[in-house]
Amino acid sequence: MKNENNQILLDVQNLYASTQDTEILKGINLTVKRGEIHAVMGLNGSGKSTFAKVLAGHPDYTVTQGKIQFEQQDLLALPPEERAQAGVFLAFQYPIEIPGVANSQFLRLAYNTIQSKRGTDELDPLEFDDFVRGKMKLLEMNPDFLDRSVNEGFSGGEKKRNEILQMALLEPKLGVLDETDSGLDIDALKIVAKGVNHLSTEQNAMILITHYQRLLDHIVPDYVHVMEAGRIIKTGGKELALELEKHGYDWLHGDRQNNAGISA
Amino acid sequence: MSAVLQNLVNQPYKHGFVTEIESEIAPKGLNEDTIRLISAKKNEPEWLLDFRLKAYQKWLSMSEPNWQNVHYQKIDFQAISYYAAPKPKKKLASMDEVDPELLRTFEKLGVPMHERAALAGVAVDVVFDSVSVATTYKEKLAEVGIIFCSISEAVQKHPELVRQYLGTVVPVGDNFFAALNSAVFTDGSFCYIPRGVKCPMDLSTYFRINTEGSGQFERTLVIAEEGASVSYLEGCTAPQFDTNQLHAAVVELIALDNADIKYSTVQNWYAGDENGVGGIYNFVTKRGLAKGVNSRISWTQVETGSAITWKYPSCILRGDNSVGEFYSVALTNNLQQADTGTKMIHLGKNTRSTIISKGISAGKSNSSYRGLVRITPNARNARNFSQCDSMLVGDQCGAHTFPYIQVHNNSAKVEHEASTSKIGEDQLFYFAQRGIDSEEAVSMIVNGFCKEVFQQLPMEFAVEATKLLSFKLEGSVG
Repeated sequence: MKNENNQILLDVQNLYASTQDTEILKGINLTVKRGEIHAVMGLNGSGKSTFAKVLAGHPDYTVTQGKIQFEQQDLLALPPEERAQAGVFLAFQYPIEIPGVANSQFLRLAYNTIQSKRGTDELDPLEFDDFVRGKMKLLEMNPDFLDRSVNEGFSGGEKKRNEILQMALLEPKLGVLDETDSGLDIDALKIVAKGVNHLSTEQNAMILITHYQRLLDHIVPDYVHVMEAGRIIKTGGKELALELEKHGYDWLHGDRQNNAGISA
Repeated sequence: MSAVLQNLVNQPYKHGFVTEIESEIAPKGLNEDTIRLISAKKNEPEWLLDFRLKAYQKWLSMSEPNWQNVHYQKIDFQAISYYAAPKPKKKLASMDEVDPELLRTFEKLGVPMHERAALAGVAVDVVFDSVSVATTYKEKLAEVGIIFCSISEAVQKHPELVRQYLGTVVPVGDNFFAALNSAVFTDGSFCYIPRGVKCPMDLSTYFRINTEGSGQFERTLVIAEEGASVSYLEGCTAPQFDTNQLHAAVVELIALDNADIKYSTVQNWYAGDENGVGGIYNFVTKRGLAKGVNSRISWTQVETGSAITWKYPSCILRGDNSVGEFYSVALTNNLQQADTGTKMIHLGKNTRSTIISKGISAGKSNSSYRGLVRITPNARNARNFSQCDSMLVGDQCGAHTFPYIQVHNNSAKVEHEASTSKIGEDQLFYFAQRGIDSEEAVSMIVNGFCKEVFQQLPMEFAVEATKLLSFKLEGSVG
């Protein structure tokens, strides 16, 4: 039997973070075990995307309090590239365009960098080409996209698929998907969901940041968290998302007001 | 600008050593006596002294131009030493006779001549300060009739060729710095490809300014006879001094009918320190004359060094169906300034020109593209395509584009495209999130940006240019 502690992949304790002197995260607590899928929901401006960026180490944000343990090591001590190498993957809400750099080149450099950190074999361009084409089939991507510049001139849907393709290549331990569903039509959403489900195993975990229930129809979460004003104000099972869809976020306010006397 | 970008762009200069070779230096200052001294030292014929003196008179009547988008303290032309030659000056028959200290210098520069010459099949002419030290592969080239030697030697051995072509593309009074060069040039390279000969190897020259307070005024003359072709490479470095040094070279290329000259430069002169102290003023006149029908002149340059780069390698497309090309990467960092571009002068019918310019500015530097495309009244069906792209690294640098287009024939087709982009924190974070550190990220982005130009370089130079660019931009990212 595995030790229960080994099952904990990510442990966030009392996390505060700010950008340009504005405090955005105000005491987040979250524990993610291997094999779990967590959904983080909440209104715009509640801090969901900031949380994702802080996990990945975005330089615009300063952590002022709290801890993040990833596989029992201090994640906050690592620069962004080492977090990625340790197995933290962020699917960007707005993937960045890199003109002049071919996607195939970028993907291979990322893949080989991560592989070499893991002590596994790197692939030469020909081997990599076969490998990446296999992964692209899964996401129903057009092969000509390998020759195009990274995200340049991609449609919103293509960019999001490219993010999931990168996740498929890099096989992270923790995948954080920041509003990967927004801007996707229903067919693209299904393809992306299929890809995510395919990549989800007992050994890794996913955090899905989303506004909408519709993604969760295709990727079923173990836990749903609701963020507001930089904190997780409610946690429940997958049914919580359905309740939110039905009643809206105001419903939670009523709920919280009832509890206010107790927590204060 | 973030700490990451700060570190990235702050790189020490690798070639900033001085070689302990005794030099013979002329007294500082310029007058007719200095010119007579240079001419006498080099045992030159009377016509060449006349050429120099005529240039000097022109120069005296000219004033230093100030239209360029660069700023520097006025140069005191009397404070420059116009002649510095490494001693001893005995004749060298082979590379083995070259001063070992000098050879070590070139090894430090990454130009091990033995290996380079032997393995890569590159013939190297080395201009150290102002004197050409040795030319490798000379004999092998001579077998097919190619002359590749220092211009001083050419003056002695092939005076008729030098006299016929010198100053025909860049006249003595062309511009202030070309006039100065014509008056005082001390050495440089000469290359003559006879009719129908395809030069079997790339020819290469390495320039280095070693002596403090000396200027370098080399003169290069390349002639490709009918149906001949040659690929010529030029590399430049200089040691680190606090004072500014002037490099005012003139390069003339002449391509006759069906001839083809490709001239590639990787320039890494000392750029000054991060406060803008010291560095080379690189004020160079380069011009090619596509004289014959179907001839082609192609310039490729990778400019990474110098405090100030100011040059416009140009093509005069005189022959019908002649082709001019200009591919350029100019990288500036710290307080470096570059005002560079090209001139394409279309005289003949069906002449075509292509301009691809990539400017990269980092630190507090400024980079300008300035280009002229002129279609003259007789140039029927002339074509030009220009593309000028600028990339900014950080937010304290500048990029400028000054295209001049003059069309005097309505059958012409002229296209101009321009773009500006920026390496931002977000791009670097995107790479980092995929496990790739900032150094590799910047290198990949910049090399991707320059791809179209690097493809034009001979293989060996392309590798060197890629490394140089990465080196110039990468740092100890901590």
